[in-house]
Amino acid sequence: MTTMQHEFTADRQVERKRAWSNWATGMLFLLPSLLLFGVFLFYPMVRTVYLSLFLTDSQGVPIVFVGWENFLNLFQSTSFQISAKATALFVLYTVPAGIVLATALAILANQKLRGIGLFRTMFSATMGMSVAASSVIWMFLFNPSIGLFNRILAALNISGVQWLLDPQYALLSVSIATIWMNTGFAFLILLGGLQNIDQSLYESARIAGVSESCKLRKITLPMLSPTLFFVTTVSLINAFQTFGQIDLLTKGGPMESTNVIVYSIYKDAFINYNVGSASAQAVLLFVTVLVVTVLQFKIGERKVHYQ
Amino acid sequence: MTLTVSGLVMVFPILYAFLISFMQGGEVLQGSLWPETFSLANYVSAFERVPLLTYLWNSLLVSVLIMAGQLILCSLAAFAFVFTEFKGREWIFYLFISTMMIPWEATMVPNFQTVQSLGWLNSYAGLTIPFFAMAFGTFLLRQQFKTIPKELYEASQIAGISKLRFFTGVVLPVAKTTITTLAIYSFLTAWNMYLWPLLVTNNEANRTVQIGLKQMQTQEIASDWGVVMAGVVMVILPTLILLFAGQKRLQEGLTQGALK
Amino acid sequence: MRKVELKGITKSYDGKQDVLKAIDVTVEPGEFFVLVGPSGCGKSTMLRMIAGLESITSGELALDGKRANALTPSERDLSMVFQNYALYPHLSVEQNITFGLHVKKVSKREQKERCKEVCGMLGLTDYMKRKPRELSGGQRQRVALARAVVTQAPLCLMDEPLSNLDAKLRAKMRSEIRQLQRKLGLTMIYVTHDQTEAMTMADRMMILSDGDVQQIGRPLDVYNNPANTFVASFIGSPPMNLIDAEMKDSVLVADGHWMTPVTAAMKQKIGSGRVTLGVRPEHISLAKDSEPGFLVQVANVEVLGTETLVTFDFGEATQWIAKWPGQSSVQPGEQIRICVDDRHLALFSAEKGERIVCEAAPVKKVSL
Repeated sequence: MTTMQHEFTADRQVERKRAWSNWATGMLFLLPSLLLFGVFLFYPMVRTVYLSLFLTDSQGVPIVFVGWENFLNLFQSTSFQISAKATALFVLYTVPAGIVLATALAILANQKLRGIGLFRTMFSATMGMSVAASSVIWMFLFNPSIGLFNRILAALNISGVQWLLDPQYALLSVSIATIWMNTGFAFLILLGGLQNIDQSLYESARIAGVSESCKLRKITLPMLSPTLFFVTTVSLINAFQTFGQIDLLTKGGPMESTNVIVYSIYKDAFINYNVGSASAQAVLLFVTVLVVTVLQFKIGERKVHYQ
Repeated sequence: MTLTVSGLVMVFPILYAFLISFMQGGEVLQGSLWPETFSLANYVSAFERVPLLTYLWNSLLVSVLIMAGQLILCSLAAFAFVFTEFKGREWIFYLFISTMMIPWEATMVPNFQTVQSLGWLNSYAGLTIPFFAMAFGTFLLRQQFKTIPKELYEASQIAGISKLRFFTGVVLPVAKTTITTLAIYSFLTAWNMYLWPLLVTNNEANRTVQIGLKQMQTQEIASDWGVVMAGVVMVILPTLILLFAGQKRLQEGLTQGALK
Repeated sequence: MRKVELKGITKSYDGKQDVLKAIDVTVEPGEFFVLVGPSGCGKSTMLRMIAGLESITSGELALDGKRANALTPSERDLSMVFQNYALYPHLSVEQNITFGLHVKKVSKREQKERCKEVCGMLGLTDYMKRKPRELSGGQRQRVALARAVVTQAPLCLMDEPLSNLDAKLRAKMRSEIRQLQRKLGLTMIYVTHDQTEAMTMADRMMILSDGDVQQIGRPLDVYNNPANTFVASFIGSPPMNLIDAEMKDSVLVADGHWMTPVTAAMKQKIGSGRVTLGVRPEHISLAKDSEPGFLVQVANVEVLGTETLVTFDFGEATQWIAKWPGQSSVQPGEQIRICVDDRHLALFSAEKGERIVCEAAPVKKVSL
């Protein structure tokens, strides 16, 4: 009996040792990622929250604890209100339109035709385009004197528009450029989603004699909904994080009409050296993205059909 | 028909940029759509006016480094999530998920300070290392690794093959396709990075080509669109080629990552 | 060759419910031992515990008399063939076979030689450079076998290795695996859900259900003397026909109208009350004129060439199957008179379904 007990404890010891070595191997594999996440994501997130409660010097060193003051100042400043409104409008302009466009293109490109590959390549091309390059091209297209858009207007005898310089149009112009830039990625993923739909569904619909528009509503869109859901989430998050095209096309102007949140953070932190205010805005951005994603998932759960 | 029109509309800006890059100054101002002669003069002057070659080289180096770093870290982490079992694994997994909730831009101020205090401003380290860990890539690979039959792992356990050897000798080769997809995605994203290089580089020796474009655009804007467009073409050519070559693979890989 | 002993082996994942309950068995060196049972009965878990892929909750596993509970899979010196073969898709047949041999300190030259030898043995010589996906199902199966054989481990474990093959190939591989095992003198533990494989391949087999051992024995002993109704209906195809019966005076009455007399000794064993009565399909025949028999209505007839399966209604809700040699001309819907060979009647207790062992009854044909 005692030998059996002895063997039993010996086994347990070996097992415990093995469990520890498993843990060590697992952690070793995860350590590089964890370390970098810690240093460049979790720490700065906490630090941002911390800084948002302080007045800082121009180097970003916290000097005086001010509590909610940075936030209160923000809510009272018209500049921030304009920025918040610009961000909301920008999201509203770019996300729905971009998804509708990408979905339409994906459905178009999901036909079985000769040479369809060429069109798929054309539609996804913007994914290979950097924000900087795209912005420069659109800057030219928007150019009031030699840009394409005003030339078209001139040909139609309509007087030209100051696309990027008129506060009325600037945000819309940037949005149009942004929709174009984001189409490639959304298109590629939606096309993949379409191609994952079981063909037999369409075949049985054809045997039942269902119309094309009905197929679209009853089969394609419901089956595509998980992909649409993913694309919407990613687009929303991306839209809140827009920076490059603003910096290149408008620099937040004219009259702050395109001063979206990330650009505003950038300006406050690196141009005005108001790190406390920038941090407070960053916290608000974080909270907004969090709330939007959570809402998305709450709504998405009910609306999405998983196979 | 719809297909052709929408295709042309979508690629028009890109095509137009190519065409302008071959035009002479006068043609651009007249608003021609097609250059009279295809002249390379704009390219020559683009390379002369800004150190475009240095920028391209910097971008290439930074992109390759980020790609390699992400591939290594993501595949290691994904392997740990699929093929090792230990206490706290689930918890760490949720920690990885939560990183997707943090908009990177919200952390840029302290990150800048960190990089500054590490003395990494204007260095390849500062441009690349903060991006090595990537939750999306880890998920994509985890998804792929999970499709590897667990019997392969068990067979190698019976044969007495070590975890590391199983990782390099079986998992990585078997997941080659997905790893390539991730490589393309990483490279594209890294090449196109804008905000971070703008923050951490301020000299020509380390600047990437995207920031070079900004520099060109602000310097040359009024005068010479042909030269600017030549710069644009040099920037987008590598990624466009990569995209066209890997488009199908990218589409399949990203869909896989999106839906699971 | 290697002896495998399981002493009170128990497995539980959640600490409450046992998926394997105190298994005791000894597999002798050189024996072909089959674990058989329906899916979810715990047979694969048991095999994986022997392999070291699952931990042992309690009890002892001994290999050649030495406790092996805490050894890693590779320390147990065994080979394993998986249901899906677990071939490395990116490696050639040759690389698949030799993969991992370096761990066992086999020189490159010997690896080559061994590989050649087993490929010759299994008819893979022409395919050594191919990738698994370029092989047929049968060839892949052979590569998996080759990989097990090449390690020269004295104990081989197989987990449903034939279930991904079509019926014809399965029959062929059954005999090949058996021959290989004999030739190499391997101790084999083989898991299957297919009772035909168990019957045709095993030296001895263990029937598992719900984590409990139902019976251990040689195939024919199990077939002829099933320990309980589960084994009776699991082993044999078609399965043993079963029906509830009741002791009335000195006859057993099944389903109200079918009866068979029993001896005094049997009666004593049975006691009073209910039993389950079992008859193998081959022990039901068409009654000759002189024999006592009873009338049933034929529900379906399957003529298989060498034999005929006749399904007939028996009582209210039961259908029985009879198996006759040759090609019978009985038609569905027909009334036929059948008789049951009562030397082969099996009796099981009604509550637990356990076999009531008794001497064969004196020959007396069963009557209506």
